[in-house]
Amino acid sequence: PVLVIISQEVSIAMFALDLGSSTNAAAAMKKAACGVTDARQHTLQPTLTGTSTLGCVFDGGVVISADKLGSYGSLAKTRNITRLFKLNDCTVVAASGDLADMQCIQRALEEMIINDTCVGDGHVRKPAAVHGWLTRVLYNCRSKFKPFWNTFVVAGLQDGKAFLSYIDKLGMSFSAPSVSSGFGAYLAQPLMREAMDGAAATGRQLTRTEAVALMAQCQRVLYYRDARSFDKYDIAVITSAGVEIETVDVDSNWEVADYVKGYI
Amino acid sequence: MDVDNMYEGFSFENCLRNTRLAEKGLKAKPYNKTGTTIVGLMFKDGVVLGADTRATGGSTVLSKDCEKLHYLAPNMYCAGAGTAADMVMVGNMIAGQLNLHSLNTDRPPRVVTALTMLSHYLYKYQGYIGCHLIVGGWDITGPQLYSIDSLGHYNDDVYATMGSGMMAAKTVFDARFKLDMEMDDAIKLTADAVAAGILNDMGSGGTVNLCVITKDKTEYLDHYRTICSKGPRQGDYTVKPGTTSLISSDVIQVVSEAMET
Repeated sequence: PVLVIISQEVSIAMFALDLGSSTNAAAAMKKAACGVTDARQHTLQPTLTGTSTLGCVFDGGVVISADKLGSYGSLAKTRNITRLFKLNDCTVVAASGDLADMQCIQRALEEMIINDTCVGDGHVRKPAAVHGWLTRVLYNCRSKFKPFWNTFVVAGLQDGKAFLSYIDKLGMSFSAPSVSSGFGAYLAQPLMREAMDGAAATGRQLTRTEAVALMAQCQRVLYYRDARSFDKYDIAVITSAGVEIETVDVDSNWEVADYVKGYI
Repeated sequence: MDVDNMYEGFSFENCLRNTRLAEKGLKAKPYNKTGTTIVGLMFKDGVVLGADTRATGGSTVLSKDCEKLHYLAPNMYCAGAGTAADMVMVGNMIAGQLNLHSLNTDRPPRVVTALTMLSHYLYKYQGYIGCHLIVGGWDITGPQLYSIDSLGHYNDDVYATMGSGMMAAKTVFDARFKLDMEMDDAIKLTADAVAAGILNDMGSGGTVNLCVITKDKTEYLDHYRTICSKGPRQGDYTVKPGTTSLISSDVIQVVSEAMET
């Protein structure tokens, strides 16, 4: 039943506004001139997008973060988007990519959680189950050329152990101690790996304080170097005590600017 | 001498032909980028330049230990990313020009001189010479650090990274750079930045080479840090004498007749 709902929502998403680049607009006009307008072309470009999401595992839980910007191409359109959503006390999902597709998946997931609550047998949907469902849905939709243009990060506690995984729009998924989507893969992943390898070299994992500080450092670097990022982000910490989500400002340091003349 | 028809170096005669062919659907050869992480950092007393040691051709590692820090002058080095041949030839050419200039002016060369020469040369060839450089040194005006790309654009900075691993290295600098660092901290941070490139970028690998340039001396720290070593070979495959038992031996003298021409 859930898959049926998804396909209905996707068909609504198909008629979303198409912006595209000039070449796409030219191609679309050509097609219109021939009397053929393939609405399926709309699903192959994201419109309102979110940038990187980051996640890392620490001793006792997982922390993930995502900034609060919705970009409309190069326009910073909406600056209070929440790309992290808590499903239950042990699972948080974050998304990057097309925000309409993210909201569609979010609604489906939240409906699933409501159904769980209604059943009321004490079982909660755990992160591995959400991960499996997301992977299958994304893979199936891309196989029909109607992809959800998103990269999801699923974080939580699976039977008391930290769980962190990454699923991209092709349905490719994996678990890792640190994950990042989008630009974060180039800019934040090296820092996260360096910190986690450093801790592993002394035979321990990161502590919660270190992990949160690492997220702050990565978000700062992303704000410096990703042209579609923002200086405000949501951070979710999942431990056995539950899920804590808060909004944090990036504290950026621009004192180097005085020493750089730039193009002379 | 017919000066008007003399051609030196690159000739752009075929560009028109190439655009016509491209219009007809011929796809040009993809740009052969050799992955690299090169970094430069300015600290209190001078400049540190760093580079990895991997040279790639496509997805093959052609060299595990190639030198990317090129000598320009006793007080100046440049780290280069891009086409390896272009890097070496341009480095040698500029070093020669700088030496001549220095002899002519009877002064140690300045970093901006090298920068101007490189910028004009690379702009003239419109990016076809694939050199992405970080030029650093210490001259009479103090420590200098510039990055310059293959199209001739340059800018000064307190820290610079270039190459395919530039993003990984840049984040290490963004996270931990401070103004007026001490030499030991600067060396460690530069090595960390190159290490981030080596570990997170597939076009970079090998060891970390550093060059520290201060007012008094230029120190080339070859193989400053090995990121991952291959380890000793586990199996011993040498064949010990006596492995094959000798049953009998017979010596036959072969007389070869030399052919006379």
